[in-house]
Amino acid sequence: MSRMNMEISLRRRVTNIVMLSITGLFTLLTITILFCILGYLLYHGIGSLSWSFFTNLPKPTGEAGGGMANAIVGSGKILLIATVLGVPVGFLAGVYLSEYSGRTFAFVVRYVTDLLNGVPSIVIGIFAYAMVVKPMHRFSTLAGGIALGIMMIPIAVRTTEEFLRAVPNSLREASLALGATKATTIFTVVAPAAIQGLVSGMMLNLARVAGETAPLLFTALGNMFWSRGWSQPSASLPVMIYQYAISPYEDYHQQAWAAGFVLLALVLSINVTARLVISGRGATARR
Amino acid sequence: MAATTSTVLDRAPEPRARGFWRRLRAGEEIAYLIALSAATLVLLIVGLLVYQLWISSTLSIHAFGFSFLTGSTWDPNAGQFGALPFIYGTCVTSALALLIAVPLGVGASIFLAELAPPNASNVMTFLIELLAAVPSVIYGLLGIFVLVPLIHTYLAPFLTATFGFLPLFQGTFYGVSFLSAGIILSIMVAPFIISVSREVLYAVPTDQREAALALGATKWEATWDIVIPNARTGIMGSIFLALARALGETMAVTMVIGNTPAISASLYSPGYSIAAVIANEFTEATGNLYLSSLIFLGLVLFGLTIVINAVARILILVTQQKGAA
Repeated sequence: MSRMNMEISLRRRVTNIVMLSITGLFTLLTITILFCILGYLLYHGIGSLSWSFFTNLPKPTGEAGGGMANAIVGSGKILLIATVLGVPVGFLAGVYLSEYSGRTFAFVVRYVTDLLNGVPSIVIGIFAYAMVVKPMHRFSTLAGGIALGIMMIPIAVRTTEEFLRAVPNSLREASLALGATKATTIFTVVAPAAIQGLVSGMMLNLARVAGETAPLLFTALGNMFWSRGWSQPSASLPVMIYQYAISPYEDYHQQAWAAGFVLLALVLSINVTARLVISGRGATARR
Repeated sequence: MAATTSTVLDRAPEPRARGFWRRLRAGEEIAYLIALSAATLVLLIVGLLVYQLWISSTLSIHAFGFSFLTGSTWDPNAGQFGALPFIYGTCVTSALALLIAVPLGVGASIFLAELAPPNASNVMTFLIELLAAVPSVIYGLLGIFVLVPLIHTYLAPFLTATFGFLPLFQGTFYGVSFLSAGIILSIMVAPFIISVSREVLYAVPTDQREAALALGATKWEATWDIVIPNARTGIMGSIFLALARALGETMAVTMVIGNTPAISASLYSPGYSIAAVIANEFTEATGNLYLSSLIFLGLVLFGLTIVINAVARILILVTQQKGAA
């Protein structure tokens, strides 16, 4: 009897091994894709990268030595506006959810935040167009920044809430017991205790919108020259990559690879750093 | 520090009636109001978003109504706007993406949650999540210059030779097509399925696995017959989440789908998607009806993703609560 139960038929054993290997193969395949992406960009990107890429304006196709200095600065300006708008609003809303919230209203805010997070980026672009570009009658750096700022809000909210909630209650109680007010407790005790996670979360958030192209297409538009001030159309790295990639010119393609390499290097290095900081922090907390 | 403590102590015995103004001056109520208004602002932004989409598309809604969704002619010069080719393109590419990404993603998540040692699993998940951080325009770049040529030389001839009798794989493959867009999308959404499904699988209690193994099931049987059914709802949730991403994805699709508003049964033929047509034609839209029709498309896309996201969240929530109970 017991011997019969111990015997596992050949078919079952083979199925076991085959199916388990397939799952391993799928995992390997997915990770291979990542390395292929990195490899290709490294291979094509480094080759097309030169000093002039960072210092020169784009040149008409055929002329050597064109760069994307204006796109790099433009992306920086757009991301600056996005951060200045998105992070404080998201942070404070997160503070509200974690520290002050009642039940029903918090549920509504949380639900709507997730909803906003799921809105396709191109739709956010339409919204920014209707709210900023149309009233101003012009495409602008500001409009692009606002579009990305709105995209940053949901993640900022949820990151803040999550990391503030992870702060032990004893810290709050100790602070209140010493006579500190609630606001003082939140901003001088709770938030500093979570600062590492908060900063990393915001960096991840920034990295996510740094590669966004769709919302910029009809807000910041694009520009082959320096953008003066904040109310003029502005170039940005992602849009530049898009425009150069779909152009029919070989030297533009080379520039697109270089820009893609720079963008990916930026996004992935922020990601890796922030994730390592967060996971390192989690490990110490568990210990 | 000492100064703060002493002022706080001084304030403590104040009568309650004056407490509110005191606290307001100390920043207490102001801090609360600021936090509350930030939370309200989030609601306001989403409200405004819906309102703007609706208002800006009324012209087109009044002109075409429901027939906008069923009309298959998109001719800006004639003022004819029908969204069917775009809806078709979005659905076909998303369906194709899921067809590839679901087995791949669920398979990989099984490996990561059930087989791989925890440390190795964490490292691999880390790498896979980096894949989700790659900007979509970079997927598009690789799509144009790497993936499309690869499909052209290897995959398409193979598919034609093997499944050529199906209408899906007939016609000439030029490169930009539903097929290319679907494959690129599948690579983009697989990480979402993997990381969410892995979490869901982890939430299945260990005794379920142990019970199955103790009864003589093989590892695969324990996983497939016991663990997966337990996590089914959550995995469905992750798939819906991926679907919502695929539907709204713009750049990568725009760069490889071919941007031709045509409905064709063949996956080899170029097409168009909702997001792609908005991205391409928005700045060139002349005339209010044209622009309004594009925004109407945005509204349709918005509605579609909202519904699918809501379903996804409910499914994931249900599994997590089941796991916690």
